[in-house]
Parts: sequence; C-alpha cells; structure tokens
Amino acid sequence: MNLWRDIKGTLQAYAVTFGYLFRKPTTIQYPEEKRTPAPRYRARMVLTRDPDGRERCVACHLCSAACPVDCISMQAAEAPDGRRYAAWFRINFARCIFCGLCAEACPTLAIQMSPEYEICKRDPLSLVYEKEDLLIDGGGKDSDYDFYRHAGIGVANRRGGNADEYGPVDPGALVP
Amino acid sequence: MTELLITATLILVKLILIFAVVLSLAAYMVLAERKILGRMQLRYGPNRVGPFGLCQPLADVIKLLTKEDLVPARADRVMFLIAPGMASLIALLSFAVVPFSPPVTLFGREIPMVVCDLNIGLLYFLGLSSLAVYSIALGGWASNSKYALLGAIRGLAQLISYELSMGLAVVPVVLSAKSFSLTDIVLSQADWPNMVRHPVAFVIFMISVMAESKRTPFDLPEGENEIVAGYHTEYSGMRFGLFFVGEYINVIILGAMVTVLFLGGWHGPLLPPIVWFALKVLAVAFCFIWTRGTLPRLRYDQLMHFGWKFLIPVALANVLVTGAVMLAIGS
Ligand code: SF4
Ligand code: SF4
Repeated sequence: MNLWRDIKGTLQAYAVTFGYLFRKPTTIQYPEEKRTPAPRYRARMVLTRDPDGRERCVACHLCSAACPVDCISMQAAEAPDGRRYAAWFRINFARCIFCGLCAEACPTLAIQMSPEYEICKRDPLSLVYEKEDLLIDGGGKDSDYDFYRHAGIGVANRRGGNADEYGPVDPGALVP
Repeated sequence: MTELLITATLILVKLILIFAVVLSLAAYMVLAERKILGRMQLRYGPNRVGPFGLCQPLADVIKLLTKEDLVPARADRVMFLIAPGMASLIALLSFAVVPFSPPVTLFGREIPMVVCDLNIGLLYFLGLSSLAVYSIALGGWASNSKYALLGAIRGLAQLISYELSMGLAVVPVVLSAKSFSLTDIVLSQADWPNMVRHPVAFVIFMISVMAESKRTPFDLPEGENEIVAGYHTEYSGMRFGLFFVGEYINVIILGAMVTVLFLGGWHGPLLPPIVWFALKVLAVAFCFIWTRGTLPRLRYDQLMHFGWKFLIPVALANVLVTGAVMLAIGS
C-alpha cells in the first residue's frame, strides 16, 4: 500500500471538483435557450416540392413499405396528365421512431427529414400529420432535383412518346 | 414553582426554535446539495421553482406528501411504519446537547444556549448515533425485500466498523477538556481549536462521521447501482421523505458535532458566536457535499478493511501518544 500516493490521489480529486464549481455549466436551459440543430438533423419529416413547385411525391408506397413501424399511409391517385400523386398522405408521429428509412427509400426525394424537433403534444391524435401539414413550399435538400426529368420521362405522353426521352436500352450491347 | 415554570417555558421555546431551524435547514440542505453537486458536474441543479429554485424544497414536500404511501405485502407493518420516524427522531434528539452559543443574559437571567447541558453529553451523542442504525435495520428488515435486507445488513456491518474509531477519535478531545460535557469541551478550545491540537483525531473523526452519515463514499446501505435503494427500497411518499430528511438532519447534527468537538464551537473573532457556529456547521456540511461530489463508493470489504485495519489502530495509537504527551507536559 502506497499511502502517500493514495492520499495524494484522494486530495487531487477534491481540487478538481472544487475547480469545476466555478466553471460555467454546459446545460442548455431548454425552453428559453435553444440549440440550433444541424441542417441534416433527423427530426420531423416534410414533403417537398420539385423546382416547378409541384408535389414531388408520386405515391409509390416505398416509404410506407420501408417504415419499420408502419406509420405512413397514403392513397395513390393519378392526375389527368398521367402524373401520380397522393390523394391523402398521413404520418403518425406518435409512432414514428425517426429512423430515416422512409427518406432513404424515397426515389423522388419527396419525403425528407427536417430539423424541427419540437413536436411534443398533449394529445397523441394531434401528432397524426396530414398531407397539408407535411407539405412545404421549397425543395428541401437537393432542391434542383426533379425525378421526372432525371428519369427522362415527361408526363404529357405515355412512355416512349416524349421528345426528351432516350430510346430503350439494348440489353445485348456491350457499350457502357 | 414560577422558577420551574420559567425554566420549562425556556426549554420549550429553545426546542421549538431548534426544531424549526433544523428542519428548514435540512430542507434547504437538500437544495444546496443538489445545486452544488450540479455545479460540480457542470449542470445548474434545480432552478425552476421560484427564484434560483428556492421554492424547490416546498415543491418536494408537496410531492412527497401527495404520493401514495405503499406498504409491501407481507411486510412487518408496525415496524415498517415506525422505522422512518425513528430515523428523523433520533437525528433530531442529538441536538438537545449541542451548545450553539455562550449563555446569554436576558432579564437578569442567565440562559444557557443549549437545550440540556448534560454532563455526559458526548456519550449521549455517541449512544444516539449508534441507535440511528436501528431505523435502517428495522426498516430494511420489515420491508420483506431482499434489497432492503441487504442494505440493512450493510448498515449494521458499517456501524461496527466506524463507531469504534469514532469513539476513539474523541478520546483526545475529552482528555484535553477533562469533561464529557459539550459546553466544557467548547470552553476548553478558547485559544486553540482541537483541530490544531489533535489533527490526527480530527481526520479520523471526519472520516468516521462521513461513514456515520451514510453518504458517499460510505453509502453502502443504499448503494443504488447494486441494491436498488438499499434499506429504503420499499418506501414511498412521506415515509421515504422522513428517511431522506433524517439523512440531512444527520448531516447538520454531525456538522454541529465536528464544530463543537474540533473546530472550537462558537469561538471566533469579530462575528457574534452564533454566527461563527452556524458558519462552521455549514462549512462542514459543505465538505460532506463536496465529498459526495468527489469520491466514489467504497466496496463492502474495502470499508471493513479501512475501518478495522487502518482507522482503529491509528486511533488507538493516537490516544496512547496523546495521553503520553499530556502526562509528559503535565497539562
Ligand atoms: S422515420 Fe422511420 S419510423 Fe418514421 S416514418 Fe420514416 S421510416 Fe417510419
Ligand atoms: S414520399 Fe417518396 S417514397 Fe413515399 S410515396 Fe411519395 S414518392 Fe414514394
């Protein structure tokens, strides 16, 4: 037993805690002080619009299939111009675990996670968000992305009848 | 007859004063502890209820009083119900012998500022501090829960390993005061506090007192991460509150004892005696909180080892040496 070392080790700890007494606490006093979350913070989801201001969502159900807690539901519909959209779109945030799988699954970047983390409500039913609550005006992350243009398909005509459309890929060709 | 009446009234007034002061002090000790511990861990501690969280004790009391008072099935009901009361009561009783200021003269009467100046005050205190473990033992036993029982057993085992060194540490104090009365002990420290005259005894007493108060690093009876909450696992509501308050009253009374025995009681320059007394008690209480924020809990066997193989031999040697030196210089 090294007595001197033990005594020193004990007393040093006292000095450290006493020093901490005069440091500024790192606590964020929540309702008054708020931390700004990073832009990629994964909190409440939003539905974004494409650069032309139309709804990006094509009601493909991929997000609701990916969701591990099955909290997304929707009804698909088709506009007169052939473009699909969600007649209604509902996320139950009382069940959502904010895993981000829906945002990852979405091919049109319609559903995205936003940094809005203050969604504490007294009534769980008020946590069920409808499409109107979810839709925002901007494009969110990657706001230039337009699924239809990227996929090379205009929606005025059926597949194969559009001017800016590539021809079908020849599966036998070796050219990349 | 009137003489008797006046004395009785005086004692009653002093009792009520002490009761009120100690209880409210205990409530605010809880707040102080939470705040100081918070600052030591770079948090704020409670600061929402009232300005700076000063109404927090009130909120805590309301919460504890309105909670359900559960008695576990097949618990020893009577024992279970009285154990928490014992914890607070015994802690409060010790205050009867603590002199907190020199006698004051009021209307031509000399009023001693102590409820009862027993000539065996020190022994009374030591006796009560041993009794205090009964509340833990009975509470733990009556709960009919293994965790509570383990806590109670630890409390008892802890008692025998620190009581001895605590008793031995006060022997030099008694030797130099030549009295068991706490007032005489304070008076004997008029020029030098015992802390300077008997430093080894002071350190041993401080350590034993920490063990006596059952707080870190000696909070084995309630070691949260092993036995849930130890002896008060099964308690809820105000009965838990009584254990809790008892702990803080204990901190105050032990602070008062350290002050009286080693820090020179009310002696001090400039300020009035009662202020000195209060300051010293609060300083010791701060040390308790500081220790809680600093040291981790000892293991069961480490405590035994430390108590029996280190503290007691050192305390014994200290008594012998002190006695020999006192004989030699003939004081
Ligand atoms: S974040 Fe996860 S849980 Fe929430 S809606 Fe998306 S997939 Fe479902
Ligand atoms: S949000 Fe994305 S994944 Fe979900 S239905 Fe709409 S387009 Fe499909």
